[in-house]
Amino acid sequence: MLLISAIVSGLAVGSMYGLIALGFHVTYVVSNTVNFSQGSSMMLGAVLGYTFAVTLGWPLPLAAAMALALCALFGLVVERALVRPFAERGSNAWLMATVAGGIVLDNVVLFTFGKEPRAFPSVMGQTRVEIFGTGVYVLQLIIPVVGIAITLLLRYAFAHTRTGKALLAVVQNKDAARLMGINVRAAIALSFAISTALAGLAGLLIAPLFSVHSDMGTLFGIKAFAVAILGGISSASGVMLAGLLYGLIEATVTAFAGSTYTQIVAFTIVIVALAVMPNGILGRAATKKV
Amino acid sequence: MTVASRFSQLTRRLLLAGAAAMFVSLPAYAQETLKLGLVAAMSGQSAKSGEAIVRGLSIAIDEINAKGGVLGKKVELVVRDDESNPAKGVVAARELVQREKVAGLFGGLDTPVSMAIVPFANQSKVPFMGVWAAGTPITRNGAAENYVFRVSAVDVLVDKALLAYAIKKYDAKKPGMILINNSWGESNEVGLKAALAEKNMNYVGIEKFQDADVDVVPQLTRLKEAGADVLFMVANVAPSSQVVKSLDRMGWDVPIVSHWGPAGGRFSELAGPSGAKVHFIQTYSFAGKLSPKGETVLAALKKKYPEIKTLADVTPAVGIANAYDAMNLMTLAIAKAGSTEGPKVREAFYAIDKYDGLIKTYDKPFTPQNHDALTSEDYIFTHFKEGQILPLTN
Repeated sequence: MLLISAIVSGLAVGSMYGLIALGFHVTYVVSNTVNFSQGSSMMLGAVLGYTFAVTLGWPLPLAAAMALALCALFGLVVERALVRPFAERGSNAWLMATVAGGIVLDNVVLFTFGKEPRAFPSVMGQTRVEIFGTGVYVLQLIIPVVGIAITLLLRYAFAHTRTGKALLAVVQNKDAARLMGINVRAAIALSFAISTALAGLAGLLIAPLFSVHSDMGTLFGIKAFAVAILGGISSASGVMLAGLLYGLIEATVTAFAGSTYTQIVAFTIVIVALAVMPNGILGRAATKKV
Repeated sequence: MTVASRFSQLTRRLLLAGAAAMFVSLPAYAQETLKLGLVAAMSGQSAKSGEAIVRGLSIAIDEINAKGGVLGKKVELVVRDDESNPAKGVVAARELVQREKVAGLFGGLDTPVSMAIVPFANQSKVPFMGVWAAGTPITRNGAAENYVFRVSAVDVLVDKALLAYAIKKYDAKKPGMILINNSWGESNEVGLKAALAEKNMNYVGIEKFQDADVDVVPQLTRLKEAGADVLFMVANVAPSSQVVKSLDRMGWDVPIVSHWGPAGGRFSELAGPSGAKVHFIQTYSFAGKLSPKGETVLAALKKKYPEIKTLADVTPAVGIANAYDAMNLMTLAIAKAGSTEGPKVREAFYAIDKYDGLIKTYDKPFTPQNHDALTSEDYIFTHFKEGQILPLTN
């Protein structure tokens, strides 16, 4: 009973980490940069979803679609304003710029959305089913399914579609890609839009189980980055697998050893895992060609 | 020129002269105010608490100023945001004392911030009045000359009250604890253990959780397997509601006796209908039949803050009520001291005889041994019903 409830909790929370971490993966494989405001992008998805669906009373599918579109737009802004100006000069300042961008967004939301955490109503987040004698919300079962489906979709897109292949070509050699007729800037911008939309989706999915507020994404963003590194940031399957594993570790440690040890044990495992597998669970060693 | 128009010209000139005189005299008047400072969370997740404290203090100041102020000066409130950050709190307190020359300080919701300000207040001999943070060592800080006073709950007394309520209401024999993982949670872990030891009782488990925990089921499952018959909960609004939601999911119907965390925001909305099962401690409620003082304060609140329409908007009531009484006690002490010098004001706090306040009639509220104006007798148990905090009959 203790184990089953820990597994269900762990898989649901773990796939959230996985979804946000996939966002790190997408921009990394295309441009070798990551967006450190992913946690804030997740929050943005939840806040916009709440605003459209609850405050304005739109139907949920429309509200979700609009929220995701605006999250993607935020990704474009991040890339244009916080990454491109630095990355094209060969500077690493995008690292700090995206962190700063996230903090700015958190505070803008604090003043516009308000200071109080709000509840995101959802039927799926309230309907309870029993599995092996443990109560589970339907949404908790849907989240891992969505996470795994998106992972498979990303794998397929990168391996078998023209756009996907074009995106991957960019990271290998920008000039060659450009000569082959690939719009490099557009490709990188697209990867950022996908990445923030994935984080936004994570925000929308977790909102009914959590509460919506301006700093809800901070800790998720940090853990998701740990997950991305643990999984091997260049592999979509590795990242999602690492997310699920990390969620499971957190939940089982809490269940069997007590919550005092959760963070200590979980992060120690991350460090040990990286020492043993420096490229992450499914990542490949980056070969530097001279 | 008719008589009427000449007259109107004259009045216009007089008015202009009057307005000019007022402009000239304004800066001089501004220097004549008696400044008091507030260091509280005005932004971030606890911002609602800062707003409530400002409202309580401001209503009291309006009344005091309408009666002529203190020491012949109008009282002025200077507010600084600590962002729930102890380091920022100390910087703000220092700025208020050294630059704004405030005669006294008020504190906010966060125990860690107040704990950081305590040594500074004692060193610079400026009275520091807590109106919310309940951490035991804030007032019981061991300083030889203690300048810290409080009109609020005290963890060590709250914990005794929580246990007494759990025994009386639910016949608790095997309580478990679910506590937020910070210094507030720690303070109550110590307090609850002491309260249990006093009654020769034991606990079946202590579980901690984080502000950002989505799922508290693993912790709660441990407590359930250990056989807990009542849960003591200590956490702010959002994490408290995660506990309630997790209990719902597990299908575990266990009584929850809570510190006042749920009172700080939209607990009903966040926790759902089961939120009503959480019984939590308060020092005051604006619901039900009010004393004449309560009626006056409520009317003043509605008048000054038009966004307050129903009782559900007078939240969190503890912040407003504690701050209102604290401001009155502070100004009473300054008036009694006949001076704004810290040491004299400190002595004057002990000399306050009787004050007919909002929460209760204070009778010698402070002594050199006791800097807490409220006792465990002043606590009430409440719960949320349709967005309102309603008192429960014990």
